This record gives sequence, C-alpha cells and structure tokens, in this order.
Amino acid sequence: MEIKKKAVPMRQQPVVERIKNFNEVPLGYNEQEAIEEASRCLQCAKKPCVEGCPVHIDIPSFIKALRQKEFQKAIDIIHENDSLPCMTGRVCPQEEQCQAVCVMKKMGDPISIGRLERFLADWDLANRKKQKTAVLISVPKKNKKVAVVGSGPAGLTCAAELAKMGYEVTVFEGYHKLGGVLVYGIPEFRLPKAIVQAEIEKLAELGVNFVTNALIGRALTIEDLFKEGFQAIFIGAGAGLPNFMGIPGENLGGIYSANEFLTRVNLMQAYKFPEYDTPVKRGKFVAVIGGGNVAMDSARTALRLGAEHVYLIYRRSETEMPARQEEIERAKEEGIDFCLLTNPIRYLGNDSGMVRQVECIKMKLGEPDASGRRSPIPIAGSEFLLDVDEVIVAIGNTPNPIISRTTPGLKVKKKGEIEADENGQTSLAGVFAGGDVVTGAATVITAMGAGRKAAKAIDLYLNSKK
Amino acid sequence: MFKIIDKYKLASKTHYVLIEAPIISAKAQPGQFVIVRIHQQGERIPLTIADFERNQGTIALVFQEVGKTTQLLASLRKGDYLLDVLGPQGNPTEIALYGKVILVGGGIGVAAVFPIARALKEKGNVVTAIIGYRSKEYVFWEEKMRLVTDQLFITTNDGSYGQKGFVTDILKTLIAEDYKPSVIFAIGPAVMMKAVAELTRPYNIKTIVSLNSLMVCAMGMCGACRVEVGGKTYFTCMDGPDFDGHQVNFDLLIKRLDTYREEECYCCKK
Ligand SMILES: Cc1cc2nc3c(=O)[nH]c(=O)nc-3n(C[C@H](O)[C@H](O)[C@H](O)COP(=O)(O)OP(=O)(O)OC[C@H]3O[C@@H](n4cnc5c(N)ncnc54)[C@H](O)[C@@H]3O)c2cc1C
Ligand SMILES: Cc1cc2nc3c(=O)[nH]c(=O)nc-3n(C[C@H](O)[C@H](O)[C@H](O)COP(=O)(O)OP(=O)(O)OC[C@H]3O[C@@H](n4cnc5c(N)ncnc54)[C@H](O)[C@@H]3O)c2cc1C
Repeated sequence: MEIKKKAVPMRQQPVVERIKNFNEVPLGYNEQEAIEEASRCLQCAKKPCVEGCPVHIDIPSFIKALRQKEFQKAIDIIHENDSLPCMTGRVCPQEEQCQAVCVMKKMGDPISIGRLERFLADWDLANRKKQKTAVLISVPKKNKKVAVVGSGPAGLTCAAELAKMGYEVTVFEGYHKLGGVLVYGIPEFRLPKAIVQAEIEKLAELGVNFVTNALIGRALTIEDLFKEGFQAIFIGAGAGLPNFMGIPGENLGGIYSANEFLTRVNLMQAYKFPEYDTPVKRGKFVAVIGGGNVAMDSARTALRLGAEHVYLIYRRSETEMPARQEEIERAKEEGIDFCLLTNPIRYLGNDSGMVRQVECIKMKLGEPDASGRRSPIPIAGSEFLLDVDEVIVAIGNTPNPIISRTTPGLKVKKKGEIEADENGQTSLAGVFAGGDVVTGAATVITAMGAGRKAAKAIDLYLNSKK
Repeated sequence: MFKIIDKYKLASKTHYVLIEAPIISAKAQPGQFVIVRIHQQGERIPLTIADFERNQGTIALVFQEVGKTTQLLASLRKGDYLLDVLGPQGNPTEIALYGKVILVGGGIGVAAVFPIARALKEKGNVVTAIIGYRSKEYVFWEEKMRLVTDQLFITTNDGSYGQKGFVTDILKTLIAEDYKPSVIFAIGPAVMMKAVAELTRPYNIKTIVSLNSLMVCAMGMCGACRVEVGGKTYFTCMDGPDFDGHQVNFDLLIKRLDTYREEECYCCKK
C-alpha cells in the first residue's frame, strides 16, 4: 500500500471573512475528503491511538468502517465510548492525545482523527434530523431516581449513561440554559450552539428531565435532593470561579474575567446587542492575559467584536502555552499579537474608572516548577506601558464553592476541588462527582470520561443498596 | 416559567409584582435576591426578594423603571409569565437580637429593608426605620413599614412629604440625641449608603450595607459584581450582598455601576 504522508487539509473560512463573523471557522471534511483521509490509516496492530484517547475509543475500527462507507457502523463504534462526538471532534486536543501517538506521525502527518470523528458525528446529526424519529432504546425502567448537578459534558454524559440503564434522571442546572462551558464558554465560531442543542435534545428523547434555574446549594441542597427521593447524586458542577491576579487596578471598568466576557458574548449573545439586551464592551485595543484555550477564545472573540489590535499577554513562551496548537495557529493567522514572556503588573484608568493602560514587565524562564514547566521570572527594569481600553483576564478557574459550603461532610481539596476516587465516589455515600469540579479546569473529553465512569459506579452502588 | 399572580403600580415608576415560585419561597430569607430574565433575548437582572409567603409559594418583588429590562417588566400584567427566575441568591442578612437597630432605606431600597425590619422586629429588637424618597409621588410601603417598626421617619428630598431632606439628616439628629443603635442596616443608592457609612464611622456604629453591583451570572462564575471591601476583592453574589459599610470602596462601586452608560442609553432609545 502506498503511504500518503500529508493529511487531507480541512477547508476553513478565509481569515479576512471569518474575523468579521461568529460562524464556525473549520468547515469539516466532505465524504470524499473523509474517506481519503481515513484511507491513510495503516490499521496498525499496536493501535497506540486507542491508548492515547482518554476514553479509549476504538479508533482504528471506526476509521475502517468509515473508509468502507459504513458510516452508521462507524459512528456506533464511537458512541460506545463517547456520547458527544460532535463536540470532542471539534474541541479535543487530539495533537496531545490520539494523534500524538499515531504511527503515521513518524512518517508524516498523523491521521486527522478528530476531523474524521467530526465528519461522522455531523453525518449522524444530519441523518437524525432527516429521520426525525429518535432511535428510542427501550430499556426496562428501574424506578430509581438519580440527580445530576450541572449540565456540562460531565453531567450530560453521566445523565445519558444512566438513562440508557433505565434510571430516572433529572439534571439540575443553575443557568437558564443547558450545556455548561460548551454553551457559555466556548464560542460559536469553534462550537456552534445548534450542535450542543441537538445533543441535549437527544438526551431529552432518552427521557432525561432537565431543570434550569436550579442552583444546587441555594434553593435546593444536596441534602434536599435526597429528601426529594433521589437515591444517588452526581456532581458535575465544573470549575467556574474565575481567578484574578490581584494586581492594582484590576477592578477598573472594562476589565473582565474571561468567564464574564465569554458569558456575555456566548450565553447572553451580547455580540448581537442591541437585538439582545446584554451589553459587552467592544474595545479597540484589547489585552488578553493568559495562554490557554480560554485566552485564545477571548482574543479571537474580541477581534470579532471589532477590536483593531488584540494583545495576548503570556508570561511564559509559546512552548509552555496550554492552548491547543490548532487554536494558537488560528489566533496567529487572525493577527492576534502574541506578547510572550510578558506579565501585567498593574492597570491604569481614566477619571471615570475605565481602564486605559496596562503596565507590563518582561519575563525570563528559570527552573521547572511543580507543573514541570519552566517558571517565569520578572526582569527588573523592563517595565513598559500598553494603551488598552479593554482587558480580559484568562488565568484559570477553580470550582465554585457553593456546593461544598452547603454540603456538610463533603471533602474538598485546597482549591475547592471535590475529593473523589477514580470512579467518582466522594466522601459522602451516594454522592459522586466528576469533571472539572474534581480535576480543576481540564478538558471536555476527561469530563465526559469521568461522567461515564461515575454512571457505572452509581449503577453498582444502587444495585448493591437494594 | 413563573406566573405573575399580581402586579400593580406602587408609586411613580415603582411597581409591585407577586410571583408564583414555591421552591424559592420555601427557602427565601431577608436580604436575598433573585435573578430575573423576561424574554429570550433578555438580560439577567437582580431584584431583591421584598416579601415572601411560604404557604402561598409566592415571592414579591418591587422594582423601579430605570432601563430597558425594568421597563419591560413594568409592561407585564397579572397572568403573564416570567421566563426565568433564579434564587434565592446571596447570603441572608444576619438576623439576631441586637437590641436597638436602625434601618435606613432609600427609594427602591425600602422594599429590601422591609423583610429585614420584619424579621428583626419578630426577633425582639427595638426597630427604628428612616425611609427616604425623592418626592411624594415616589413614596410607597409607608403603612407596611409602620407595622414592622417601633419608630418610623420619612423624608423627601423636596419636602413634598414627611420631613424635607435626606435620610442622613434624621440619622444625624438621632445619633446627636444619643440614640445609639447596636447596628445600622442601610439599603439604597450607593451614594446614600456611602453617606450613611461616613456618618456612622466616627461613632463606630456597626453599619451593614447591601451592595447593588452589576451582575451577570449571580452564581459566582463571572466576577461582574466584584467589589472592594477592606482592600480585598469580593463577589457580591457569593460573599454578599451584605458587607461592612465602613470597609466598602463606594467610589469604585459607583464607577463600576456606570460601566455601560453608553450602551444602556442606546438600548433604551431603540
Ligand atoms: C473558553 C473555554 C474554552 C475551552 N476550550 C476547550 C477545548 O478546546 N477543548 C477542551 O477539551 N476543553 C476546553 N475547555 C475546557 C472544557 O470546556 C471543560 O473542561 C469542560 O467543559 C468541563 O466539563 P464539566 O462538565 O466538568 O463542567 P462545565 O462544562 O463547567 O459545566 C458545569 C455546569 O454546572 C453548572 N453548575 C455549577 N454549579 C452548579 C450548582 N451548584 N448547581 C447547578 N448547576 C451548577 C454550571 O452552570 C455549568 O453549566 C474550555 C473551557 C473554556 C472556559
Ligand atoms: C443584589 C441586588 C438587588 C437589587 N434589588 C433591586 C430591587 O429590589 N429593586 C430594583 O428596582 N432594583 C434592584 N436592583 C437593581 C436592578 O438590578 C437594576 O435596576 C436593573 O438591573 C436595571 O436594569 P435595566 O435594564 O432596567 O436598566 P439598565 O439599562 O441596565 O440601567 C439603567 C440605569 O440603572 C443603573 N443600574 C443598572 N444596574 C444597576 C444595579 N444593579 N444597581 C443600581 N443601578 C443599576 C445603571 O447604572 C443605569 O444608570 C438590585 C441590584 C442588585 C445587585
């Protein structure tokens, strides 16, 4: 067999156009492209990709089915381990996971596993829409109620798995809309909200109940849920509490946490203001602080809102950036100005309290720190000012303390992460947890993996209880 | 969806709305608030729970028309529905047996003061309230307040009703006459709360204020409502809304409330 070293490229919206709209940037493979890319797979015996995948999707098998045009079979294989492939196909850091270990990488480009996954998931979605009728799996009802707190990928996956086992599942979400970070955080141009909506509808068809405007810990506590007759609870409340640096001037007007900025734009649709009522500042000179996916999303969103210049201020170098490679590249293509080895030290405002300047300091890299990355050290005397009228702080999130504060006996770690074993079991009987609320800010796929494991553990727990 | 059981005008630009929300009502306590969203394109706005009737499963809100969302809310009628109501949010006001307490309410803040006054009175405190309005046409809940206080003072800025002047004028007189309360609760416009805090600072009278910062999520996930208290940053929705008035950076609060002035003007003209 002839070896094709180059991956089939994916069509994208051209830069000049895409920076003016919120439509999805990568356009996906068509059937021919997908089959061509799938045919590059060597179907090697070692299957390192399966190990590389946090939820161990049988990647070679779905690729094989794909290239034989057995799309239904292919998507069924994915669904065995991943209930939200429309999302993971788009946002997984494949270059660090399945594709990082692909044998083809030694000879050329690794197989574009994520793109193939996306192709199949989109095919499935379109197909489902056409058929209109849901494939209702009739499982015997178990007559046992399970509550899921939070509707991000962890909660949705856990709910789906439990519903398929026949449990009566109710998802409680604090926000007025379901989807967690997929809806309020990740922008439309990376993950269209219609897709998230379609996945949630699928769950509703499985019989999952959804209650919005239900922040557990206030109106109802974990204890109340048990009193209401829920026999087990899964907490997938995410890591939504934004960190700030605590430097002077950080509370000036026009300085946002990335969560606030993205929530305004994505969840509240402020990019359509005044058709939508929630406003957001449309800065001309914007500084984004941070180097992860959240920072990239914020920078690219600010650009689409009409910024003339967006600085991305990151204290280490590009090698240490936690963002996905693909997103870093797209941000660069779009003209985001990367100010690396630079850290903000204070903000200066005008008389009305709006931010006007950020003072930065240059950094150099020292010895590796606890995270294994070389730690940045400020270079004395290298301070300089940048004129900005909007700042977005994207330096990480920690779990919201509302559940731990109101649930006696629930053990948490220093930064508020709920303590749970690998099956999601917490310090309280019948209470399970998974996703960002346990790991701290991580990834969609690990959150889904945790939701799935917890569903199995909940099933075991409820079976043993009888 | 949350049904509007009753709705009427209380005073100029001021409205009362009674909502069916049994789960919220069951847990509501004085000092807490709800987040309301009216329509699919709507924003989330915080409104204090002005009253609650647990056995009826209702909560009451009192609001003033100041911008697009509150105007829209004013246009709704009995029998209509609110799309989203989230709550009760925020920490309840600390109700204890303090002895003598003074409550200061400014304008719409009177609605927030009411359930606190009632609870403090029920606890056995001697409750004095000073409520102030711009002018006579804005006065509401005078009788309701009278029922839950031992002493009630009313001011209007222009003297069209009650005593002419500001709530702080009365407070100043009371303190000068050596009426020293154990604690003062002040709720109203930020400038009023600031004035009260400045007035009581030299006397070292504990002064609790309820901050009305801008909010988006109200669940501790965005930081829109951050305020500075004692030099540290707090989120009003999670750590408040009640704070020690002597520690609050009111100037910052006032400036942050104005962040969207341009956008708000634009939105209302549309
Ligand atoms: C801007 C941004 C970009 C990202 N990009 C990527 C990416 O490209 N690839 C990737 O893999 N990961 C990415 N991530 C990370 C990923 O989104 C998260 O790791 C993942 O969403 C975590 O899932 P979760 O289910 O644990 O929590 P979340 O998605 O955070 O969902 C938690 C839900 O619980 C709700 N909630 C919280 N408290 C309560 C309560 N007390 N009661 C009821 N409901 C509650 C919240 O409102 C929320 O809806 C990104 C994150 C952000 C913010
Ligand atoms: C915890 C809390 C409790 C509140 N309780 C009540 C209440 O019981 N009754 C009530 O009428 N209002 C209350 N508010 C204020 C209320 O939320 C705002 O008036 C409302 O959001 C305005 O929305 P809008 O779209 O009508 O006006 P916008 O167009 O958003 O604003 C119009 C004007 O109102 C000012 N404004 C906006 N938001 C606030 C705010 N949060 N506080 C003060 N001024 C604001 C703006 O600066 C602007 O000048 C409360 C606020 C908080 C944070």
